[in-house]
Amino acid sequence: MSRELIVSSSPHVKVSDGTSSIMLDVIIALAFPIGITVFQFGPRAAVIAAVSAASCVAFEYLYRRMMKKPGSISDLSAVVTGLLIAMCLPASVPYWMPVVGAFFAIVVVKQLFGGLGKNFMNPALAARAFLLSWPAAMTAWTASGVSLPLWDASASATPGADAVAAATPLASLKTGIIPNISLPDMFLGHIPGSMGEVSAVMLLLGGFYLWVRGVISLRIPLSYMGTVAALTFAFAPAGADRPMFMLYHLLSGGLILGAVFMATDYSTSPVTRRGQVLFGVGCGLLTVFIRFFGSLPEGVCFSILIMNACAWLLDKAGRPRRFGARAKRKGGIGL
Amino acid sequence: MKSDLKSVGSRFSDGLIFQNPVTVLLLGMCPVMAVSVSVFNGIGMGLSATFVLIFSNTVISLLRKFIPENVRIAAYIVVIATFVTIVDMLLQAFFPQLSKSLGLFIPLIVVNCIILARAEAFARVNGVFNSALDGLAMGIGFTAALIAMSVVREALGAGTLLGVPVMPPGFRPALLMGLAPGGFITLGFIIAAMQWALNRRKRKGKL
Repeated sequence: MSRELIVSSSPHVKVSDGTSSIMLDVIIALAFPIGITVFQFGPRAAVIAAVSAASCVAFEYLYRRMMKKPGSISDLSAVVTGLLIAMCLPASVPYWMPVVGAFFAIVVVKQLFGGLGKNFMNPALAARAFLLSWPAAMTAWTASGVSLPLWDASASATPGADAVAAATPLASLKTGIIPNISLPDMFLGHIPGSMGEVSAVMLLLGGFYLWVRGVISLRIPLSYMGTVAALTFAFAPAGADRPMFMLYHLLSGGLILGAVFMATDYSTSPVTRRGQVLFGVGCGLLTVFIRFFGSLPEGVCFSILIMNACAWLLDKAGRPRRFGARAKRKGGIGL
Repeated sequence: MKSDLKSVGSRFSDGLIFQNPVTVLLLGMCPVMAVSVSVFNGIGMGLSATFVLIFSNTVISLLRKFIPENVRIAAYIVVIATFVTIVDMLLQAFFPQLSKSLGLFIPLIVVNCIILARAEAFARVNGVFNSALDGLAMGIGFTAALIAMSVVREALGAGTLLGVPVMPPGFRPALLMGLAPGGFITLGFIIAAMQWALNRRKRKGKL
């Protein structure tokens, strides 16, 4: 009687996909861009990422324990949040900043709203917005290829203190000038910037991995980047080389990181297909508006956060028609 | 006499805790967010509003039988505006610095929903003594909430309390706490803490 016949109701075929396996895929995908930052900025980049991930896990554990809720660190979502926070920071930030960011992301943005899947804003991006409280540290860019010391890195990245400080490509794009950096350098990541905005090729590789694994669909990333491409092409400043202007906009800043890793966050983006496309287009519009007209050079963070808050509305807009139901002609708001 | 004392007590417990204008009724958010950046401003705003609340409640309660129903809001505004003008001028005369930093928010007390709400909900239907007491209690509740918020926001957002540095050396103030998001987050935490304490008391009372 070693072989029993088990009679059960469907589903009969199960896969082992769960939150933790998806999160593990995201961690693997993030390993590409994080790996390259170690070559760009030295081992300090990896330490920042580790501090950030560890403090996220610690805060998640402590909060769940204090509130007497079942532990949730084994779903690995806190690790992903921690790595994403690190990607939003320059490698030269002091070590307490990822810790403060982790507290804000995990406790305020995620757990106070009920934990994984119930937060209405991307925790990592909200943490970045919070950390902009210290603008000097958040905009101290290190030139690529300079290995930062493990301690007192912020001193060497402070503008004027050393030759290390550098302007990001976006800062010059803001003034309508194509930066003095070759396109391959932009693509490979030999540019100053936050850890997650330097290497386009590694971010795309990570995104490709996520797509192959079925973790993300391409609706949001493509509609997001497509909108940015179309707008920057159409509204390039007079006299600028349009395709180049567009390409530099696509490759600079946090656009690829945001489009691939942040905007596709399940709990803060729409679930309907049309909603997702609208979400991406909205993110793209806001990003270009902020880049062109805002006071900050980069708008990816705020545009995704704003669209996060609209995700429920876009889901209503994207709700598929019920089979056999007629589209409403009049009345209702048509959403 | 005993019941009088009890009602006095309940005025104050309502104003400070159970009906706190900021943390329970969520009224007057505009000055709360704008002013609670520093403790000094918070106290100044709280006391100004308290002054207006006491006198507007008293006068409106005195006039409650003469004010026609249909134009009562307009009448309240006139009464309130009178006292706000007095406060505004007093501040300009004796505390020019406070008057400057509170700026527009002092004249805006005229349309502060806390004061209108107390006039409409309390002074209109209650006696003079109770109305004045209600104004005082609500004003203290408003001031207390403002102080609680501004202590957190000034300490984290500027590293000072009443302008005196309180944070350890090396502390770098968080810009965001001084801005509107910091205000809303602080208020959220204060409300959560208050509700937690109240619920705990309720649970213990039941057990």
